[in-house]
Amino acid sequence: MLQIRDLNVNYGAITALHGVSIDVPKGSIVTLIGANGAGKSTTLRAISGIARTGGGSIRFDGEDITRLPPHRIVERGLCHVPEGRMIFANLTVRENLLLGAYRRNDKAAFPAELDYIFGIFPRLKERLGQSAGTLSGGEQQMLAIGRALMSKPRCLMLDEPSLGIAPLLVKTIFEKIVEVNRNLGITILLVEQNANLALEISHTGYVLETGRIILADTCANLREDPKVKECYLGG
Amino acid sequence: MIQFLQQLLNGLSLGAIYALIALGYTMVYGVLKFINFAHGDVYMIGAFAGMYITPYVWKILPQGADSSRFSWSTAGGAFAVLALSMAVCAVLGVVIERLVYRPLRERPRLTVLITAIGVSIFLEYFGQYLFGANPKLFPEILPDRVIEGLGDDLILSVNQVVVFAVTLLLLAVLCFIVLKTRIGTAMRALSYNPVAASLMGINNDVVIAFTFGLGSALAAAAAVLNAINYPAYSIDPFMGILPGIKAFVAAVLGGIGSLPGAVVGGLILGVLETMVVGYGSPMYRDAIAFAVLIAILLFKPNGLLGRAEKEKV
Ligand SMILES: Nc1ncnc2c1ncn2[C@@H]1O[C@H](COP(=O)(O)OP(=O)(O)OP(=O)(O)O)[C@@H](O)[C@H]1O
Ligand SMILES: [Mg+2]
Repeated sequence: MLQIRDLNVNYGAITALHGVSIDVPKGSIVTLIGANGAGKSTTLRAISGIARTGGGSIRFDGEDITRLPPHRIVERGLCHVPEGRMIFANLTVRENLLLGAYRRNDKAAFPAELDYIFGIFPRLKERLGQSAGTLSGGEQQMLAIGRALMSKPRCLMLDEPSLGIAPLLVKTIFEKIVEVNRNLGITILLVEQNANLALEISHTGYVLETGRIILADTCANLREDPKVKECYLGG
Repeated sequence: MIQFLQQLLNGLSLGAIYALIALGYTMVYGVLKFINFAHGDVYMIGAFAGMYITPYVWKILPQGADSSRFSWSTAGGAFAVLALSMAVCAVLGVVIERLVYRPLRERPRLTVLITAIGVSIFLEYFGQYLFGANPKLFPEILPDRVIEGLGDDLILSVNQVVVFAVTLLLLAVLCFIVLKTRIGTAMRALSYNPVAASLMGINNDVVIAFTFGLGSALAAAAAVLNAINYPAYSIDPFMGILPGIKAFVAAVLGGIGSLPGAVVGGLILGVLETMVVGYGSPMYRDAIAFAVLIAILLFKPNGLLGRAEKEKV
């Protein structure tokens, strides 16, 4: 569904990605793990069009989306939940959710989808009229995911959904990720620091090290890999 | 007391004009985080647009050019002049953004700021070339009349009331657009975080162009309302500079980026200016704005209603 070939990204003189290739098959959960500064966020930013690519190609559903502006990419059903969540703190929870559906015209379908989102994140329903800036970190993450679901994505890219969230809630959020993957058939590309959890719920995994993919395998194999064990799973 | 009330009324109607211009500064600041120093000159173009449009409007009015007495026809004519001038400036604002500011979108803020000053100078001298350097008289598009029976010395004219009413109407429409519509929500989202906005599928270029159009239309409205407010209003290509600066001060006073702030700042500045002229000396008419600017920058740089994290459009 998503094919990344030889992707390069430069920030000025710094090369953040050196020929990264990733395949995300339809219906799967693929995870990208790596240390701080490895280039995980940069990869997602390049895919969603908010970082300029310096070479390589990105295909989504067979179409080349390498040089499309971000709004055209969302339109095609590829949605990016960025690192740090980036909710609009000046807007209400409801407005945030509806912004997720900005490019859609089928307003009639919104109530049912909102209900689905409230089903997985009941907290959001209670906070609908509240300014999103007043939400806790965990609630903001739920909002960011809910908002992305409102775009009716076929593929969802999540950048560190566990960041700064209590372990118990992280577990819930990961369960919900698996749920939307299974029930809605949404393909998922997951970036995580928490490699343990990520490898547990994903099908395949890629290990990124200073801008290069050094390992790619099924998650079951990666979990047994000595290097992965040592560097990412804490021994 | 009567004199105070009188000054207050005059100050508020002047302030309404400043508020309308200040909104343009603050909206553009909201989405692009820079001060569009050419905004005062858009106001000037709005005035000339109104002046040139008026004869055409009068031609198609049932009563022709007879605007000396009030009739529904003249009122409709004045409204048409207002609406058409707003349309002209909306287009101008969009064109300026497209041709000048968009290519500089990724450049340092200072570059854009200096370019804005360049646009301002261009509009002034191109205006001089187009319209001539001599001041022109803005036609009286709405006959003025004093409202009787308010008391011995209190003078309130019909047109002052019109200025208030139209300003309120425009503010209501603006509120509706910003708070209730899809594009308005996009404006608020974009002003908070443009990257996140684009990830929502918002086309930032469209929203920014729309914001310029909206702000510029309000500047044109300010120009035409000013002409309605002051009979024998004379206009020239450099007329935008001072109101432009004052409205900028008003926007900073209210808190740049805050829409209610622009309105409050405009009204306060208008009243202050009128009071200074009324009780002090007309010599200080223009100095007060600068005094306010210095004071606000010293004591409350975020402005009266501006907060680091408040809604900024
Ligand atoms: N805007 C930028 N300008 C310059 N360098 C940048 C920029 N953004 C990222 N980088 C650099 O690119 C490299 C990859 O950054 P990236 O954010 O993709 O890492 P990451 O794997 O997501 O790390 P983390 O786990 O800390 O989020 C880093 O060395 C970083 O310093
Ligand atoms: Mg990152």
